[in-house]
Amino acid sequence: MAFNYDQYLRVDKMPTLWCWGCGDGVILKSVIRAIDKMGWDMDKVCVVSGIGCSGRFSSYINCNTVHTTHGRTIAYATGIKLTRPDAHVIVVAGDGDGLAIGGNHTIHGCRRNIDLNFILINNFIYGLTNSQISPTTPQGMWCVSAQNGNIDPTFDACKLAMGAGASFVARETMLDPKKLEKVLVKGFSHKGFSFFDIMSNCHINLGRKNKMQSAMENLEWIDSITTPLKKWEALSPEEQMNKFPTGVLREVEQAEYTELYDMVIEAAQGKRAKITQDDFAKKI
Amino acid sequence: MAREVISTGNELAALGAFDAGCMFFGGYPITPSSEVMHEMSDMLPTVGGKFIQMEDEIAGISVALGASMAGTKAMTATSGPGISLKSEQIGLGFIAEVPLVIINVMRGGPSTGLPTRVSQADIGQAQYPTHGDYASITLCAGSLEECYTQTVRGFNLAERYMTPVFVLLDETVGHMHGKAVLPDLEDVKASIVNRKRFDGKPEDYRPYDVPMNEAAVLNPMFEGYRFHFTGLHHGPTGFPTEDAAQCQFNIERLVGKINAVALENDGLDDEADYEEFMMDDEPEVILIAYGSISRGAKEAVMKLRNDGIKAGLFRPITIWPSPEKKLKEIGDKYKKIFVTELNMGQYLKEIERVTGRRDFSTLHKANGRPIAPLEMVAKVKEMF
Repeated sequence: MAFNYDQYLRVDKMPTLWCWGCGDGVILKSVIRAIDKMGWDMDKVCVVSGIGCSGRFSSYINCNTVHTTHGRTIAYATGIKLTRPDAHVIVVAGDGDGLAIGGNHTIHGCRRNIDLNFILINNFIYGLTNSQISPTTPQGMWCVSAQNGNIDPTFDACKLAMGAGASFVARETMLDPKKLEKVLVKGFSHKGFSFFDIMSNCHINLGRKNKMQSAMENLEWIDSITTPLKKWEALSPEEQMNKFPTGVLREVEQAEYTELYDMVIEAAQGKRAKITQDDFAKKI
Repeated sequence: MAREVISTGNELAALGAFDAGCMFFGGYPITPSSEVMHEMSDMLPTVGGKFIQMEDEIAGISVALGASMAGTKAMTATSGPGISLKSEQIGLGFIAEVPLVIINVMRGGPSTGLPTRVSQADIGQAQYPTHGDYASITLCAGSLEECYTQTVRGFNLAERYMTPVFVLLDETVGHMHGKAVLPDLEDVKASIVNRKRFDGKPEDYRPYDVPMNEAAVLNPMFEGYRFHFTGLHHGPTGFPTEDAAQCQFNIERLVGKINAVALENDGLDDEADYEEFMMDDEPEVILIAYGSISRGAKEAVMKLRNDGIKAGLFRPITIWPSPEKKLKEIGDKYKKIFVTELNMGQYLKEIERVTGRRDFSTLHKANGRPIAPLEMVAKVKEMF
């Protein structure tokens, strides 16, 4: 039987505002199927989004939803999760939202390892505002804010997340929704900060001026720049430079922030000694 | 029973928040407000409340707004540069109608200004902290006691009017150390206001579908009442709209639920919006001052009286919306009025607007130093 998305969608808000052929819809459906697999009660789910095309994500999914300001998703979501550690909090941001204006919050969300599921919809461009360069726009591409070609080096979002301390880091594309769903379920099941770099198309505002006028051409390009982690590891350093590894890149058990905060409460209430360095294996 | 404590203004603001039922604090260190944060980090976990020091000022308020959206009472504390950074999020608080208490311990500005010195130059910023149209509630503490009581009141107003509320301290009041007599804790608990809730069927829940000049009814998250928070203009259930009539209504309601209501009811609540000091014997001259320098102004009133000039002091506590009726009455009644502030005349403008007069004697300082009573006395005497 076909999967019934309606029970998870705000059907009265359909159709979405996203362009025809946009990957955001595929990601939305994958997230919904992953939530379904998790068996979460939608009254206990919160979706927090920022500004940009991805910002509309929260309007369409039928649960507790927050459409915040540009870049601040993780900070708002941290307040919600700390207040209600029993809730399942999904954060959706774009590459400009999460890596440029909100980069600081991404770093520190990862560092705290608070149990948020952070979905970075990475379409390599500021799509909503007409094609300005984002931190992931490849060098040499044309954008309205780089009319002579982009010289700004690109960001590897997953390397940032790993460096900052996220305990689950994965990269997928919207080319294979089944695989994407599986990785989402894995990350949703993980206790700690789950970082998903999900590559998606924007043939309208990235592709149009960069020889990828159709969704298919844009998707083929995404396919050409990604390869599963195992295959990527076998590549030479020169080849690795032009491919992003996909799959689960990091999955480690690490103390989660709301659980650590329980220690603070116990210490404050005299139920345990004050927290000292002895409580942590890592001393520096 | 009233409680006698020896403390500082910043610590008492934190205690006021704690007693008002604040269960969440998010913030970022900044002089001269950091002690509020220090106290909250110590007190909140004792009752299972949450405290978090965030990576920057913007995150400090965002995390607190998130906590309030989830349904808990939340606060942040900062100083001028912090408010400048937080201002976009304050706007989200206004339009999405998220209760929050924002303590601003004022220091010299603009920019980094005079970090450790006193100022009252964020009065204007508190009225219009962010872009767009809205109305702000701003309270200003003039004593150690008021650091406590105005913070409690700030929470009650935030929950009642569903809006961010500023509680202004200044560096002097925040760092002042001494005895304070706080109200009985039972009385404080009895005064607590909690945001309204909708108890009907979830499918009938329309959080923003409220009449003109009333506040939204926002239930806590995760209890079956699903709705949408957004900084965009929104309709009855919180979803974005650009409908012209709805957008106009939204703004008129945001402004009206505070300004029109305060004007109609002569105040936002039953608490005093101002103090009248030595004003009941037909004074010849009225001093107007608020915050820490109102303390010097009281001394100036007594010195003037010793010197044979019958002076009185009017001290606004609710800065925004200003106590218009009373200010107008004072403007109409007293010929000689002296206004003194630790800025270049930010509240003077409001007094001029309300009274329609431009003939006040003024003393304004913006160099990080307080104004001594004798300076005020000398200036007032020039009027005679």
